[in-house]
Amino acid sequence: MTARIGVVTFPGTLDDQDALRAARLAGAEAVSLWHRDKDLKQVDAVVLAGGFSYGDYLRAGAISRFSPVMETIIEQAKAGMPVLGICNGFQILTEAHLLPGAMLRNNHLHFICRDQKLRVENAGTAWTSDYEQGEEIQVPLKNMDGRYVADERVLDELEAEGRVAFRYLDMNPNGSLRDIAGITNEAGNVVGLMPHPEHAVEPLVGTGRTDGLGFFTSILKKLVTA
Amino acid sequence: MARVVVDVMLKPEILDPQGQAVQRALPRLGFDGIADVRQGKRFELEVDGDVDEAALARIHEMAETFLANTVIEDFVVKVEESK
Repeated sequence: MTARIGVVTFPGTLDDQDALRAARLAGAEAVSLWHRDKDLKQVDAVVLAGGFSYGDYLRAGAISRFSPVMETIIEQAKAGMPVLGICNGFQILTEAHLLPGAMLRNNHLHFICRDQKLRVENAGTAWTSDYEQGEEIQVPLKNMDGRYVADERVLDELEAEGRVAFRYLDMNPNGSLRDIAGITNEAGNVVGLMPHPEHAVEPLVGTGRTDGLGFFTSILKKLVTA
Repeated sequence: MARVVVDVMLKPEILDPQGQAVQRALPRLGFDGIADVRQGKRFELEVDGDVDEAALARIHEMAETFLANTVIEDFVVKVEESK
């Protein structure tokens, strides 16, 4: 039996189909979840995909965070269910306080879209175990509100506990403090990042690199052997 | 009916590139002497009934949980007018 990975669609989500496809390519059963539905259809893990849920009104992720599906996801995530937030999904996770800090407008005020190098700083999370500690990967990055901020105390805590999961390499594309591209919660089941691993899973598209597939194979291994 | 205004501003220590962009545009438009600009949000709430202490407490809660993200923003609640 394989694992069931759910991907939530909010109004304005863009990357749900790519995330479902990435889950399938990794060998999982991909399940669509709907924002108004509290039922998670017995999935073993959830991906919050990229896009502009609720048009980014108020703040990116601020309205989605209160949607019915998030009520269940927040509850389950606290109980240990793996959750991956990509881009807008990362913004939702910070708004939901499942991850510390907040996301703000890029410091240069432009939308950015590029292939971005990252270093995997924590290969011990539910979503990164198929990577080597310190491995350098390249996946697409595309966002408007990608500047990660948190106060110094929180940043120091994240660094000390190894909870900075990914760091930007070569250049800081959005002014994120300490080059942070993604973080994890204490338990390692909730991970959020701005770049898009789900867009780098097949050799035929993009730059031909499949560096993002590891997120989905990591979680699958964890769930199937659990 | 009464209007309650909630002003939300980025905390002083948070970089506000939008405010900076506005500030930089000012001299070009002939508006001199503005040293700094910070951009925020203003919410105007039309409240049914009296704005008593309980109603204000609810609005405060609303601002804290939803209108503002207190990780990065401060907010002020003001009763603007009563009719």
